[in-house]
This record gives sequence, C-alpha cells and structure tokens, in this order.
Amino acid sequence: MSKLTPVLSAHWDEADSFTIEAYTRNGGYTASKKALAMDPDAVIQLVKDSGLRGRGGAGFPTGMKWGFIPQGDNKDHYLVVNADESEPGTCKDTPLLMANPHVLIEGCIIACHAIRAERAFIYIRGEVTHVVRRVNAAIQDAYKAGHLGKGIDVTLHIGAGAYICGEETALLDSLEGFRGQPRLRPPFPAIAGLYARPTVVNNVESISSVPAIINNGAEWYQSMGTEKSKGATLYSLSGHVNNPGQFEAPLGITLREILELAGGVRDGHQLKFWTPGGSSTPLFTDAHLDTPLDYEGVAAAGSMLGTKALQIFDETTCVVRAVLRWTEFYKHESCGKCTPCREGTWWLVQILRDLENGAGTEADLEKLLDLCDNIMGRSFCALGDGATSPITSSIKYFREEYIAHVTNGACPFDPVKSTLFAGAVK
Amino acid sequence: MTLDRELMQTIIKRYPRSRSAIMPLLHYVQSVSGYVTNEGIETIAEILTIETAEVSAVATFYTQYKRGPVGEYHVGVCTNTLCAVMGGDAIFSALKEHLGIDNDGVTEDGKVSLEHIECNAACDYAPVVMANWEFYDNQTVESAKSLVDGARAGNPPAPTRGPNTLVTYKEASAVLAGLDDGRAREGVQAGAPTLLGLKLSKEGK
Repeated sequence: MSKLTPVLSAHWDEADSFTIEAYTRNGGYTASKKALAMDPDAVIQLVKDSGLRGRGGAGFPTGMKWGFIPQGDNKDHYLVVNADESEPGTCKDTPLLMANPHVLIEGCIIACHAIRAERAFIYIRGEVTHVVRRVNAAIQDAYKAGHLGKGIDVTLHIGAGAYICGEETALLDSLEGFRGQPRLRPPFPAIAGLYARPTVVNNVESISSVPAIINNGAEWYQSMGTEKSKGATLYSLSGHVNNPGQFEAPLGITLREILELAGGVRDGHQLKFWTPGGSSTPLFTDAHLDTPLDYEGVAAAGSMLGTKALQIFDETTCVVRAVLRWTEFYKHESCGKCTPCREGTWWLVQILRDLENGAGTEADLEKLLDLCDNIMGRSFCALGDGATSPITSSIKYFREEYIAHVTNGACPFDPVKSTLFAGAVK
Repeated sequence: MTLDRELMQTIIKRYPRSRSAIMPLLHYVQSVSGYVTNEGIETIAEILTIETAEVSAVATFYTQYKRGPVGEYHVGVCTNTLCAVMGGDAIFSALKEHLGIDNDGVTEDGKVSLEHIECNAACDYAPVVMANWEFYDNQTVESAKSLVDGARAGNPPAPTRGPNTLVTYKEASAVLAGLDDGRAREGVQAGAPTLLGLKLSKEGK
C-alpha cells in the first residue's frame, strides 16, 4: 500500500483540474451544500473533532480558532485566507491554487457559514501572476454557478512583495491599506481583526482541507496521522534530491520515507542538513532522518514542523553561506517596527558576511549567539525569532565548519559543486 | 497614458472600506504608467481622500511597487538560499554580465530590468527565474540568457507554468490589480514535481 494519501492533490493530474467543470465533475461543491444545511456550530464541532490543525506553520487547531469568534454580537465577521506563501522553502499553496483554486473557495463557503461571516478575503502574494489569474477566474465562475453571492462573498486581495504580510496581523494591516506591520496582541484577531471586527485568519491548505472533512467525516480524517497530529498534509521536498516535488502523506511520515519515494539525495552525494518546515525552523541533519514529521515529533527533536518545507542540502553546500543568505532575507524583510529585529538582523548579516568571507573570528560565534538571545522573543511577531533559528541550529551542528572559515581565511567550499547544473559547468 | 478614474472606483467598490483599495490601485497605476508615478500617488490620495504621504508610505513599503521605470520585461532571479545554491547565484551574475546592468538596473532599450528576488514558492522547481512574475522553472545560465535575449528581441519564450505567451510588465500589473485578462485557462495545471507524489501513489509506492 502506498504511504501517500492524495486528497487535496487527488485530481491535480487532470489537465483541466483548475476549472469549475473539473472540480464539479470530481464531486466539488457537494461539501458546501452539505455544510450549509448544517447548524454552524455543528460544522465547527466537526472540524474540531477531525483534529485539523493550521497548516500555515503554527499548527493551531482550526476548529478551536473558529470557536473563538463571538456569536450574537451583531458585528460583521470576516474570514481571511492567508495565501501570502513566502517562507523560504515553502511551495505548497501556490501549486495547490494553480491546480485547484475551487477547493479553497468551497472551503471559504463552509468556514464563513461556520463562523457566521458574510465575507471572505483571500490575500495572495503579488509575485505569482498566473496563480492570481486562476484564483480570480475561479471566484468569478463560483459566482456564475451560484455558489457565491447568496449570503457569502469572496474578495481577492493581491499583495505586493512583503514576506511580513504572511504574519496574520501584518496581513490584516496590509488588507486595511496600511504598511504591513504586525500588531500587538491582545486583542487577537478573533476579537478585533480586520476593521476591528472578529476575524479568522487561516492558511490556504487549512481551509482547503475542510471540504473533504465535511464529506468524509471527522473519523475518516482522524484515521490518518498520529495521536495529536491528525490527517494528511502536503510535504514539499526541494533541493539536492533526485526528484523534488509535492508529497501528500499522513502526518508523522519521516524524511527517510519521503526521500525513498523521491529517489534519494542526488546521486553520489549525502545529506548534510535540511529544514523541516522552512528557513525559520531550526536545521536538522542526517541524525533526524527518522524523526516523525508531525507537530510533536519535530518539536521534540528541537525544531518545528512549520510549513513542511523540506529543503535538502548535500555535503557540497556551505552551511555558513546558506545561513548568511537566509539572514540577509530576514534583514530585508524585517518590517522595521521592533528594534531588536530591525537592528539585530542588520548586525547578524554583518557578522555572518565576515565569517563567510573568512574575515571573522571565533569570538564572532559567541557574539552571534548573544545577538540571537537578544532578538528571540523580544518583538511583536515571530520574524526575528525565525531569523535566529538557522544561526543557532547551524552553530550547534556545524561549529567546526564556521571555525574552518576562520582558520582558512576563506570559504572552503566551491559553490559550483552545489548547483543543479554542476556537471554542465565543469 | 491617463488613469481611468471610473475603473479606479470599481476597484474601490470591492472593499467595505475604501482605504483597502490602496494596494490594487497602486498595481493599477503600474499597469498604466509602468511604475508608481507621483501623479498616480496624487490621484489615489485624492479619490481616497487621504494624504499623499499616506499613499507614499504604502508604496515605499512593498518591493513590487517601483518608483522608477522598469523594463517591459522585469526579470527576477531567486537568490534565496535554496535557489542560490542550486544555481540562482550563477544565473544572476551571468545575467548581470550579459545585460551589462546591476541589480535593479534596466537595459538601455528599456526592454529588460533585473532584480534578485526572494523565495517565490516554487522551490521544487529550483533554480527559479520570474519574468513579470510568471514562472520560469529549472533554469540554467543558458536558458536564462535565452529568456532575456528573447525579451529584448520582442519574442520571449513562454513561461513554464503560465499563459501561452509572456505578457508585458504593464499587462501583468493589471492582473495584479485584480483585472481579468481572460488568460486563466491558458497553460498547464501543474508541472511534474507538483504531480510527483500523486503519480507515485497511483503506482502504489
């Protein structure tokens, strides 16, 4: 029996999978019909019972989040879908929306009904023109077919290149027409979110998982996964592997199992380090090949499941170069609101650049760790925290490699050997 | 080119509160002028009845809003860690040399501009190059050079996962303003990496 369980990806291989015709042909929009006939609280209970947890990185139980929305408050409620997929390594929502935008729209209908919202916003990153076309067309087709416009509306909002807008409160500020900067919590979005109204912010994959749960039941969803991490999810494998791609599997599968399916690390090379859930999750090494990739398993091993973005790097890759590049990213994307993150990421880059160029000292490693200690937990949002993850974890596992840069007076790696076209360049 | 105020009002009407329309309106200004002009900022401020400084504050926060002209084909090379390691760094430096421009530069003929970009959510297709924010997957130095050469000659190759032909920067900006160009049904639904897990499961693996 296959270790994989395609649910979201089940029909992606049909050439017209993104159209309303294909979605309807494959049973689409039956779950929303079923859910709309249910009491909203029963829908929330069903999603709670399924054990579905947020697929955007934090893993917060989706049904519980919906349950936080106050009822009978005579206020507008909003659903906001976070489609601002930008965490380095993360590449699951984008192909999902390219191949099947209707499953998200049907999920929006169900979620709006559950939280008594009349309007959903889909906030999609701006750097994916064709995905924007597909989602926009799907919304229009859903209106034409009468799925939208009868008490539930969906509005597409397109970002403009800011990683921070993937943070839910920055996303809300951005959607309100401001610079995307995180808000201090409390109040949480469930109480005062978009336009200070009760708001649920959910990831694309979380909302897209709901139609199948409505149709197949909580028990079916519970039958997949591990004790506290239920269901199936999209694992995105990239980097130095023979066959990168999307693997929809029950939570708790291991990297070793996924690598076996993907034909292993690229021929003639060995696994050196990897991220379990994007660049903000502490690095793993070949010692973690059998760590169950569920929320608890990854946390117990010292990292986070995050977005299940498995970025694989082999022994040709300089870990200092990799970490420097991620750090430059965080510095560029820091919104500037909180001093520890804004100033701290700037200094991290200066020190790492020196180290990578062989101009650093061993004392710089302690300085890096000290800076990380002063950034961690000291800002409104988790961007600064995420910036420290690759640094602290790489120093933990690869301290000798940092020191080799110092003693060598230069980076000991040849970047050409890491490229996909290394053979062609030789 | 002049801004169509009636069209701008239809964009505003998408939202319960008008200020939310700033971002699509800025994309719309880029679709008309190729970048965010002072005139565009003033017009948005006027119709939203807010200060120009408030519009500028938003326009300068987001990297996709350009405060000066970019090329008809704006090329972004992903140099975030994974793409950089897999060849993005080599592609970016080769394109800079090939085009004779630096990061954020525009060729003299105004056809191509170049920018190093952050992760574009296509890591299973690394190294990735974007042109007018359409996907060019699994790029090499040679394929990226052909892309910019084609763009300069007026016949760029089609995106890997995108419409049948590459649209211009202004046309792409209109899509990002939420305007429909009728091309959603063009192109593939997915590339091979997207389908790999599904394929293996059907093979019982």
